[in-house]
Amino acid sequence: MKDALGEVQSVLVLGGTSDIALATARKVVARRGARVVLAARKPEACDAAAAELRAAGASEVDAVAFDGTDFASHESFVNTIFDRFGDFDLVLVSFGVLGDQDRAEQDPAAALEIVQTNFTGTVSVTVPLAARLRAQGHGTLVLLSSVAGERVRRSNFVYGASKAGIDGYYQGLAASLAASGVHVLIVRPGFVHTKMTKEMKAAPLSVSADAVADAIVRGIARGRDIVWVPPAMRYVMAGLRHLPTAVFRRLPV
Amino acid sequence: MVDPEVVAQELLSGWGRTSATLATVHRPNDLEHIVARVAAPGPRGLVARGLGRSYGDAAQNAGGDVLSCGNLDAVLAIDMEKGTVTVESGVSLDSLLRVLLPLGWFPMVIPGTSYVTVGGAIASDIHGKFRHGSFADYVEQMRVVTPAHGASTFDPDADAEPFWATSGGMGLTGVITDARLKLQPVETSRIVCDTERTHDVDDCMQRMLDGDHDYRYSVAWIDCLARGGHLGRAVLSRGNHAVLDDLPAAERSSAREYAPRTLLGAPPWLPNGLINIASVRAFNEMWFRKAPRTPHRRVEGIKPFFFPLDGVRDWNRVYGSRGFVQYQFVVPFGAEQVVRTALERFSAARIPTFVAVLKRFEHDSRSLIGFPISGWTLALDIPTSPSLAVLLDALDELVVEAGGRVYLTKDARLRPELLGAMYPHLDEWRAARAALDPTNALRSDMDRRLDLSGAGRRTA
Repeated sequence: MKDALGEVQSVLVLGGTSDIALATARKVVARRGARVVLAARKPEACDAAAAELRAAGASEVDAVAFDGTDFASHESFVNTIFDRFGDFDLVLVSFGVLGDQDRAEQDPAAALEIVQTNFTGTVSVTVPLAARLRAQGHGTLVLLSSVAGERVRRSNFVYGASKAGIDGYYQGLAASLAASGVHVLIVRPGFVHTKMTKEMKAAPLSVSADAVADAIVRGIARGRDIVWVPPAMRYVMAGLRHLPTAVFRRLPV
Repeated sequence: MVDPEVVAQELLSGWGRTSATLATVHRPNDLEHIVARVAAPGPRGLVARGLGRSYGDAAQNAGGDVLSCGNLDAVLAIDMEKGTVTVESGVSLDSLLRVLLPLGWFPMVIPGTSYVTVGGAIASDIHGKFRHGSFADYVEQMRVVTPAHGASTFDPDADAEPFWATSGGMGLTGVITDARLKLQPVETSRIVCDTERTHDVDDCMQRMLDGDHDYRYSVAWIDCLARGGHLGRAVLSRGNHAVLDDLPAAERSSAREYAPRTLLGAPPWLPNGLINIASVRAFNEMWFRKAPRTPHRRVEGIKPFFFPLDGVRDWNRVYGSRGFVQYQFVVPFGAEQVVRTALERFSAARIPTFVAVLKRFEHDSRSLIGFPISGWTLALDIPTSPSLAVLLDALDELVVEAGGRVYLTKDARLRPELLGAMYPHLDEWRAARAALDPTNALRSDMDRRLDLSGAGRRTA
């Protein structure tokens, strides 16, 4: 159970190789020795992360196979995990791909890969996940969204559109779970220095995965609905959102 | 005819309003309902709930069933010769006092609020300003519905193991349905109360040691925001039941009257941040100044003496939506330094804590995982903040080293690993509990969090 000060005892990470999710998990295991289950396409890719989590204080770490785009497997995957490990106090939904914008504009398969992972796959696994959380009557469900979803930009609109879609889905889900004991937290980071973005030129207001993790931990303890990282991004994006299209298109974003 | 139970899905939290979870709430009307529920628990178990005054997660059960026992509110029998009362478990101490005081009887142990049920008082083996026993010490008999034996009657001597596992057992041995309580005779519904200010915490403790034996009830209210030379300045308040001669002649005809009213209620919605250093310091200053500079004796009502906060309904709402925790520990005599260190750390951390409560116990709870042991107990309310975990975890270590413990009924954040060190009879309690509930039908969020019952991670 999560305690009164936001400390959790069991964590499920969907996207067990995500830098942000792992940075978050390392922080939450520190004081209460939480048990962690890392779900990733290749569980063996989680070995190093598992060792780090144990060093950070995790009492147990397991890695399990999970394919975000194998939609047919999702319901039984979720049920198997909950039946095997019991309640989860914290679920981090952090799998996703950035993709290649140029290719995605030319190649339908490349565009679909982004959308099917970030949107369709996330919806597909969230339906049984939300059902299990609702049944256990407690827990925190965290979605790693992006500021990209707030106003979709020319430079990465396939990724941005997939994040806009899933962000909207989670806003609705949060409302649906409002009186269920389950807390939904949507995290909207700006540019984060991770392995996903290491080829890219850092944008203004860029942050580390560690800073995002700190914001997530605070958001869990405080019971927040949405966390922007850095917080100033909220106002930057609100500004961009309300710019007239003619102006917005001229911006180099 | 048996009324149908009222069933609803409800978000439940403790008095601290943290960690709310969803449960199916049943409101049983009689023993039959409870026996039926306990005999056929759902997959996530069940736990009884009274008035929800446990601060943490003791009386909630995420995804499972909760038996809210408020309808079990009958006073079944009063024995005027032996001085006992038999009540159903959902009877509150408030309603009990309204019945008993006009008859000249008073419970042996009274806590800091009258809004607790008898069932909850037993399951927490609560204490109060009386130093020589806790609530269960004056329970002569109780009926408990357990998964193993159905409705059973437990006597404190003949059925010592199930009795003392159930008292203080946080609801995890069964559902208490009724109990016979030993009472004390009183001549009036008033307290003769002596109030004095103390300079600092050492002065306060010394005065308690020197003078407590003249009083049945003793408590010190400490200003946690005072620093330096005034660290732990306190208002010491001690009293005895007033006899008729203590009352002015005009009041003697209504000497045993007890009909207190709740004067005001906190509104349902209050913003976060009302409780801050400035507001709390002002309150604490007022509390201290309100007490007379020189020792002072006066006759007070039961309510202002025992239940000063009951005057404001839902006072817990002043902490806003983030809620608060109450930290209460006890350390044996000789470990006064832990009390001092705790006060120093709260003061240094500039945490806005209203006056803390310091009391002494001169008895050990007989409950296997009961709280009181001979020594000093300090309790304070603290608004939640993420940094608080570090401070309280560190204090827990000092408490354990000194041979002390924190109070489960107040707890919402203890590290489960410390449980065994704090409660040396834990294994004995677990064995007694398992005999009463071999299928682990009784569960609560506190049990899930602390693994009190030792049934492993009890989740599905």
